[in-house]
Amino acid sequence: MAIATALPHELEPVAGAPMSYWRTVAWRLAHDRMTLVAGSALALIVLSAVLAPWLAPYDPNAGSIRLRLAPVGAPAHILGTDEQGRDMLSRLLWGGRMTLVAALTPVLIGFVLGTGLGVLAGYVGGLTNTLVMRTMDIFYAFPAVLLAIAISGALGPGLPNTLISLSIVFVPRVVRVAESATVQVKGLEYIAAARASGAGVGAIMRHHLFANVLGPILVFASTQVSLSIILAAGLSFLGLGVTPPAAEWGLMLNTLRQSIYVNAVVPALPGLAIFVTSMAFNLLSDGLRDAMEIRA
Amino acid sequence: MWAYAGRRLLLAIPTLLGASIIVFAMVHLAPGDPIAAVMPAESSQAEIEATKRAYGFDKPLPVQYLVWLGHVVQGDLGRSIATRRPVILDVRDSLVNSLVLALSSSALSFVLGIALGLLAAFRQGRALDKIASAVAIVGVSVPHYWAGIILIIVFSVQLNWLPAMGAADGGGPLEYLRHMALPTVALSLIPLGVITRVVRSAALDILNQEFVLALRAKGLAARRVFTHVVKNSAPQIFTVLGLQFGFQLGGSVLVEAVFSWPGTGYLLNLAIFQRDIPVLQGVILVLATFFVLLNLAVDLLQTLVDPRIARH
Amino acid sequence: MRKHFPLRGGVLQRAYGWVRAVDGVSFDVYPTETLGIVGESGCGKSTLARLLLRLIEPDAGSLTFGGEDVRGASRPRMKRLRRDMQLVFQDPYASLNPRLTMEDAVAFSLLVHGTPRGEARELARALLGRVGLDPRLYGRRYSHELSGGQRQRVNIARALVLDPKLLVLDEPVSALDKSVQAQVLNLLQDLKVERALTYVFISHDLNVIEYVSSRVLVMYLGEVVEAGTADALAQSPKHPYTQALFASAPSMDPDRRMDRPPLAGDPPNAIDPPSGCRFRTRCAFAMPRCGDAPPPLRPVGATHEVACYLYEADAAEVARRR
Repeated sequence: MAIATALPHELEPVAGAPMSYWRTVAWRLAHDRMTLVAGSALALIVLSAVLAPWLAPYDPNAGSIRLRLAPVGAPAHILGTDEQGRDMLSRLLWGGRMTLVAALTPVLIGFVLGTGLGVLAGYVGGLTNTLVMRTMDIFYAFPAVLLAIAISGALGPGLPNTLISLSIVFVPRVVRVAESATVQVKGLEYIAAARASGAGVGAIMRHHLFANVLGPILVFASTQVSLSIILAAGLSFLGLGVTPPAAEWGLMLNTLRQSIYVNAVVPALPGLAIFVTSMAFNLLSDGLRDAMEIRA
Repeated sequence: MWAYAGRRLLLAIPTLLGASIIVFAMVHLAPGDPIAAVMPAESSQAEIEATKRAYGFDKPLPVQYLVWLGHVVQGDLGRSIATRRPVILDVRDSLVNSLVLALSSSALSFVLGIALGLLAAFRQGRALDKIASAVAIVGVSVPHYWAGIILIIVFSVQLNWLPAMGAADGGGPLEYLRHMALPTVALSLIPLGVITRVVRSAALDILNQEFVLALRAKGLAARRVFTHVVKNSAPQIFTVLGLQFGFQLGGSVLVEAVFSWPGTGYLLNLAIFQRDIPVLQGVILVLATFFVLLNLAVDLLQTLVDPRIARH
Repeated sequence: MRKHFPLRGGVLQRAYGWVRAVDGVSFDVYPTETLGIVGESGCGKSTLARLLLRLIEPDAGSLTFGGEDVRGASRPRMKRLRRDMQLVFQDPYASLNPRLTMEDAVAFSLLVHGTPRGEARELARALLGRVGLDPRLYGRRYSHELSGGQRQRVNIARALVLDPKLLVLDEPVSALDKSVQAQVLNLLQDLKVERALTYVFISHDLNVIEYVSSRVLVMYLGEVVEAGTADALAQSPKHPYTQALFASAPSMDPDRRMDRPPLAGDPPNAIDPPSGCRFRTRCAFAMPRCGDAPPPLRPVGATHEVACYLYEADAAEVARRR
């Protein structure tokens, strides 16, 4: 009895390695116009923050009251000066470093810790799952802003405390997404097949679970970045984040607030920076989500 | 269904308890001596100790927690260290102001958000969709405190149409509304963006389902398709509305700071700087409780709209 | 050598009751036979499949394989045992990891058991060829690029790569088109002969079961209601449920069309099954005693058993004659 090898649709021999899933994602990202624009803008922002020490024309903390609140386009200060006479361009560049670090680090921590905890709770199930998820629920009882402010208020201002408080805000959120994705994948039959082959928990997690679960978690984490930026700057705005005289966009917004009656444009600049950065991250995360969809 | 409601209510209790522990821990584990920070600088050590004992701060922490919890359940949130007024009064007054702000901002963002979202979904790919989606993404990305400042610059400083600060106590309802206008808009921007996106996505999911295509091919009236889409995306929309209302209630701190709006956020801010522990605990606990109950209400409302959920 | 599977019961628990998924099922599996298990959806077949491989823990009963106790096996011994028994799943879409290439998917089992990577890949590719998929064309493809029938072949390859003695197949062709079903079934028959395999073949499709099985078990709501050789059952089905199943199989012969379906209604809930014989609520021949206690499986021929009070007399006869 011969077995038919002429199957419904013929495939050509694969020349070289086929595009793996992640390669496909990268290709799609590189070919989406919106993503490219947002990505370039972001790259510019990050680069200017990293290179701030070399790009900034002045010392961000040096200023003289004589020159305070010079408008945009002033002779020596292209973006004006703040209420203490410090050059805005320099402070914006240095402020970018501070804001980006304060915003990105907690999301990273949230991603790593949250994924680990969530996948564990999702895969092991039972009592562990209940313990972990109920604990996360308690933190979920607070709106993000409130939690961040409350913890920061308790710990006090300063960058390390800000990082701690924002991480506490993000970890439960990532845990939820990770657990939900894990539970969903766990029920799929290829996991049962792997168990039937004799694979242990570690092998299953490494080869089957993580690759399939990472996608949704990554997309979720990317949507949290813009929230983190707004929160981090917001904390400094309230005086709970980074302390003066450091440059940070939210802090700058706060100190310049009183000056809106004198000069309307300069005080708006730090906020504009937050806005543009936040929007770039959002567009990027949208593009990421579209690129990661499984389709032919 | 009532079994489900009962179970969720029961689950809410340990959550609230846990939240209360966190509130207590947050405030008491903070560095710095709370009493010394609040008392006048020349107070003697004896006076500080006396105040400590009066407020019960000298007892071990778990005992303090239980004592505090006991009072809380009876509705007594203690007295403010700074003003000596009962915390519950301050919290109540500020809560009213925050609720007003949250409700009006919610109304604005819900109506606009749903309208824009549905518009975008039904005109997918066309100009209207692109515009609505652009508005949405701007809304989601804008720091609302910055937006508030911009609004102040434009409408108060330059145009002098609307006031910038406070709630105009004693000015009457019209003045109240005038003061409320700018903060409402500022607070509604992010929820507007989120709601538009969620509504658009949920409506599109339904619209693109094959059987809807089949219905439309058969020539089903646009209005019927519309009703169908709205009914089926309702659960998802409800969830996001609930969440966003919570955001606007709990997250109004920043906007209240910009506009000096006398709400819970303002009170919270003040309490943080004065290290006024009873007020701090009271405000956070009340807000958290509100949030938990709100989530519960949203969940229960969900089961009314989508009976599938309750059965699990 | 016998593969012995006395499996008495296993129930799945819910928070407010017990779903009696598999209740008091006991049978043996003989080497190189194909044991078919047939029944409607919800009768516990899939649960049974997973119980057999100890992917779910039974609540009660024993499970032995070639004389070795499976249920109580320690982790390392279980891992060894797993080489001997494998499962082919029903859903060709969900049973393959979308992130792995086909050759990696098949090779994974070998890697788990310590085979070096290169050798594992070679073996995997060879096996893909054996099931009719040219490894040069299909080896580096991803599951979403293959059709249902092709994916099921990969599933079979994956199950065979460890060289098992027993293959449990849970509705392996149910999700496929009829023409593709025939191809896959023929493949399975060939492989069975080549490798001296033993099959436990689970399906709801009577035609398929008749085609492949030597012996058949008929399950209803978690219990075995009839058992025997395929011929014995086909020639004279005894249990009313079996009779209804055979009568329900649609015929291409226009003269044999049915006016009404022989079986009314849906199966009752497995959480709260009827007392006594579980089939009595739908049985045309139900007697008062059917509600008292579940009828035991009794022989009604040399190779035929039935669990039905209608045949108590016959069963006593057969037992006397032995």
